[in-house]
Amino acid sequence: MELGGLLLYFTALVTMGGIYAVMALGLNLCWGMTGLFNVGIAGFFAVGAYTSALLTTPPALTGGVDVGGLGWPMPAGWLAATVIAAAVAWAVGRICLRLRSDYLAIATIGIAEIIRLVALNEETFTGGAYGIKGIPRPFETMDRPWGEIAMMLLIGLIVFAVYLFLQRARNSPWGRVMRAIRDNETAAAAMGKDVEAFRLQAFIIGSAFMGLGGALTAHYLKVFHPEASEPLYATFLVWVMLIVGGSGNNRGAILGAVLVWLLWTASELITGALPPEWGVKIAYLKMFLVGLLLVVVLQWFPAGLLPERPPKLAGGPTAK
Amino acid sequence: MIEFINNYLVPGLILGSIYALGAIGVSMIYSILRFAHFAHGDLMTFGAYLAYAVVVAADWPPLVALPFAIAGTAAAALVIDNLAYRPFRKSRPIVVVIASFGVALMLRAAIMLIWGVQPAPYVEGIEPPLESLEPFRIHEKHIIIVGTALVLVIALHLLLTRTKMGKAMRAMSDDADLARVTGIGTERVIAWTWIVGAVLAAAAGVLMAIDTQIKPTLGWDQLLPLFAAAILGGLGRPYGAILGGLVIGMVEELSSYPAWDTVQIFGAKLLELDKPIISPGYKTGLAFAIMIIMLIWRPQGLLRGRVL
Repeated sequence: MELGGLLLYFTALVTMGGIYAVMALGLNLCWGMTGLFNVGIAGFFAVGAYTSALLTTPPALTGGVDVGGLGWPMPAGWLAATVIAAAVAWAVGRICLRLRSDYLAIATIGIAEIIRLVALNEETFTGGAYGIKGIPRPFETMDRPWGEIAMMLLIGLIVFAVYLFLQRARNSPWGRVMRAIRDNETAAAAMGKDVEAFRLQAFIIGSAFMGLGGALTAHYLKVFHPEASEPLYATFLVWVMLIVGGSGNNRGAILGAVLVWLLWTASELITGALPPEWGVKIAYLKMFLVGLLLVVVLQWFPAGLLPERPPKLAGGPTAK
Repeated sequence: MIEFINNYLVPGLILGSIYALGAIGVSMIYSILRFAHFAHGDLMTFGAYLAYAVVVAADWPPLVALPFAIAGTAAAALVIDNLAYRPFRKSRPIVVVIASFGVALMLRAAIMLIWGVQPAPYVEGIEPPLESLEPFRIHEKHIIIVGTALVLVIALHLLLTRTKMGKAMRAMSDDADLARVTGIGTERVIAWTWIVGAVLAAAAGVLMAIDTQIKPTLGWDQLLPLFAAAILGGLGRPYGAILGGLVIGMVEELSSYPAWDTVQIFGAKLLELDKPIISPGYKTGLAFAIMIIMLIWRPQGLLRGRVL
C-alpha cells in the first residue's frame, strides 16, 4: 500500500516535471540560445491549454462553456495548441522583437495579462473563473497505477522528442546563427544574417512549446481555470528552472525543471504535516524562495548546474 | 454632464495622479540605470503596507503615516539596490530585469507573510462626499490624493531644476557617458534616483490604498499602466511620465463610459452606444493597447524620450 502511494507520487512528480521540462526547453530556445526575454510564458501556456481543452473535450462535459466541446482526438488538440500559441507569438514578435529586450519583457507580460483577462471575462468560451472541466486525460480508462505510468511514459517520450529536436536545431547552422545573434547582434547582421527573421523564428518555436506545455497540463489535470496561468506558477517557476539548470543547455533545462519541481512538491509533503495556518505561510515562503533563487543564482552561479557548452565544430577545433 | 464629471472625470484624474507618481520612478530608473524595473509595483505595495502598519499601531490618519511609509520605502529601495541590483551593473541590462522579477516576488511574498492576504481599508466606514461642493460628488480623500500628488510633483520639479543633484540626474538620464566625463558621481546619482523613485512609489501606493484598499497585488496590478504611462510620455522624461500617467488614468476610466451620445462637448453625438465601449474587465488591456500603439508608431514617446 505504502509502496503504491509512493509509486503514484513518483509518476505525478515525473509527469508534471516533464511538462515543465517541455516549457523550460521552449524558454531555453528563446532566452538561452537567442537571448529573447520572454516573460509571457503564462500567456502561451494558457492559449495552448484552452485551445486543446475546447477542441478535445466531449460536448456533454464542458460544464458552463457554450462554445467548444468538439470532441477531437487528443493529439489533434495538442497540435492545434502548438500552432495557435505559435500564431500568437508571431503577432507579438512582429511588433516587439525589433525593439530592445526590455520592451519585449513588458509586451510579453502584457500579452499574458490580457490573455488571462480574456479567460476570465469571456465566459462563453472559457467558463470564466470556474474554467473548463471534464478535459480528457490520456489512458484514463486504464487501471490505477498503469494509467498513471503510461501517462508518465508518454510525457517522457514527448520531452525526449522535443529535446532531440532542439538539440539538433542547436547544433545546426541555424543554431549557430542564433548564438551569434545572442552574443553579438551587430556582427551577425554584418555577416548578412537577417537578425529579425531569425529572432522571430526562435520566439515562435519557443512559445509554441510553451503552448504545448499548457495543453499537456490541461489534459493531465483534467480541469483548467485562469488561476492555473498565474505568472508565479506558469512563468517564474519556469524561469527559475532554466536558470538553475543552466540556460543555453537543453539538458540543463530538463534537469532544472525536474529538480525545481521536486523541491516545489517535496515542500508540500512537509506542509501536509503542519497545522493549516502554517500551510498558507509556507506557500508564501515558497514564493519568496523562487524570487531569492532567481537573484542568488544569477549573481553567484550565472551558468547554472549544467553550463552551456558550445557544440564541437565538425572537423575543426572546438569553439572558444 | 455632472454625472460625467462625477463618475468618469474625477476617478480618471485620481487614477491618473496615482499612475503619474509611479510612472516617474519607472521612467527615471529606466533612463539612469538602464533597465525596466519590474519590482516598482511591489515597491508601491510595500509603501502602502508600511503606512497601514503605522495607521493600525498609532491610530493616525493615513496622510500622517505617509512620511513614515516614504522613509521606509526609500530605505528598502537602497538596500534592495545594494544587495540585488548593484552586482549586475557591469552585466547585460536584461539580467538585472530578471533580478527585478525576483525582487518583485520576494517583496510580495514578504508582505503576504507579514500582513496576510486579506484586503483591508485604512479607515473603516463610508465617508460622505463634501457637501460644499454639491452637486459634484467629491470626497475628502479625492482632495487628499490630488493635493498630495501635486505637492510631490512640485517638489520633484524643484529638485530637478534647482539642485545640483537634480541637474546631475537629468544629465545622466540624457547621456550617461557624457555625464561621467564631466565628473558626475554615478553611484550617488543612482542612489538618489532610487530615493526619488521609492518616495514617489510609496506615495502612489498609499494614495491608491486611500482611494480603494490595501491588498498584496495592489502594485503588481498597476505595473502595465505604469509602463504604458512611462513609454507614452517618453522614457527618461519625468514630465512626460506625469502626462502619460494622467492620459492612461483618464482613458481607463473613460473607456467604461456607457453612452457617448450624451456627451455634448462638440454639440454633436459622438457615438451611439448604450453599452460600455469597453467592458470594465479589460481596463488594464486598454493601457496595454495604448503602449503597443506607441511602440509601433512613436517608440520615443510624446516628449521624445529614449529608445534603447
